[in-house]
Amino acid sequence: MYGGGYVDEKERAKDPIIKDDPEKLAIFEARIAAGEKVEPSDWMPADYRKQLIRMIEQHAHSEIIGALPEGTWITRAPSFKRKMAIMAKVQDEIGHGQMLYSACETLGKSREEMLNDLISGKSKYSNVFNYPAKTWADVAVIGFLIDAAAIVNQVLNSKGSYGPYCRALERICYEEAFHLKQGHDAFVALAVGSPSQRAMLQDALNRWWKPIIHFFGPSDKMSVHTERLMRWKVKMASNDDMRNQFLSTYVPKIRELGLTIPDPDLKKDEVTGEWTFGDPDWDEFFRVINGDGPCNKERLAVRWWAAEHGKWVRRALLNPNEKYVVPLA
Amino acid sequence: MNIISLDPRVNRMGLNTDETGAPISANEEGSTYEVFHQKKKGAQHTHVGIVHAPNPEMAILMAKESFARRGQTSNIWVVKSSDVYATSYEDADMFDTTPEKVHREASAYKLRDKIENYKEQHNG
Repeated sequence: MYGGGYVDEKERAKDPIIKDDPEKLAIFEARIAAGEKVEPSDWMPADYRKQLIRMIEQHAHSEIIGALPEGTWITRAPSFKRKMAIMAKVQDEIGHGQMLYSACETLGKSREEMLNDLISGKSKYSNVFNYPAKTWADVAVIGFLIDAAAIVNQVLNSKGSYGPYCRALERICYEEAFHLKQGHDAFVALAVGSPSQRAMLQDALNRWWKPIIHFFGPSDKMSVHTERLMRWKVKMASNDDMRNQFLSTYVPKIRELGLTIPDPDLKKDEVTGEWTFGDPDWDEFFRVINGDGPCNKERLAVRWWAAEHGKWVRRALLNPNEKYVVPLA
Repeated sequence: MNIISLDPRVNRMGLNTDETGAPISANEEGSTYEVFHQKKKGAQHTHVGIVHAPNPEMAILMAKESFARRGQTSNIWVVKSSDVYATSYEDADMFDTTPEKVHREASAYKLRDKIENYKEQHNG
């Protein structure tokens, strides 16, 4: 799931524009424009590499951290069938994280550095996972709507220019189809269930709606960085366009079940097809992404614990004479 | 400060926020292996990605978990990334003339007209 496609524009704006060899840059841009994929050993602009590392790394972290709120519910899934499904999904998410770390590694950042940057809080992950999954209905909302939002992002990114990332995403998107379907299935089961099941689902939807609107990030102005990243097919659509695509597909699927979206200002302009929505409290978004959300500390502490307690296994198996080589693809 | 979670399993870890840092040392994750996956016996092995592992046996185990969770698998190969010797994309022009070498294609040899011609002259 979890294309944490949102990269903080403020953080990005701080990066200097690095000057590349203009001749090489022109050839590179012509190749991208012609729809060619970039492979790890190819020349690439310094900023292309840097922005891709940030984006793929953040995506990988989102897969790993995203497994935590759902993992909480494996032991308390309401039936054997649901338990099997959520277990398989969580395993997939960890697998996706592994594949994305590998794709990112081909750009020159080691897996160890990425894992340490996650644990120390230097690297970000999708903001939605800093919220708790309080009831089983939260799992249904995450599995249906957060996965759906992530798929919008991932399908777009799989058409991007960096070969290893695209290949990982194609495999990921294939598995996501199951995630979305099992999430929708769990969502519908509660929606057509008893009054208390419906109430539980509505309550979860109320709590998750703002984080869902936050998922794609704030409206992004066409900064120099963004414009270049779109030309280089690193970023494939603006945050607003992705959110719009998500709302157009999924708002009807929520409303057909008679559920209420907790935003009276949410509406679609039938002429332009664009959605407008009430203020989702972007201050809260920035507060949470910068570490002050309900679960940030717990998520990172759990990762720290896993790294710390797995250390002896890694050390026992390690071959000290081994030299690291950047993988091929 | 102790972390209080909704998840009893997390609470049992006795986590607190003072323990942070960078617990993973350089190269602790091991080398990478390129993974080749064969769907059906008799089909070709296809490169599907890489795994990190400290040895080939573990690489097979990781490859199974990463690339054989769905559909059919009959066989997996792992090859250390450092053992792969490859051409460079910069030298791809060495393959440029290949499409011109039509004499290697069956379609370049047209005989039917000659045969028909012969038959017309000798049997007609």
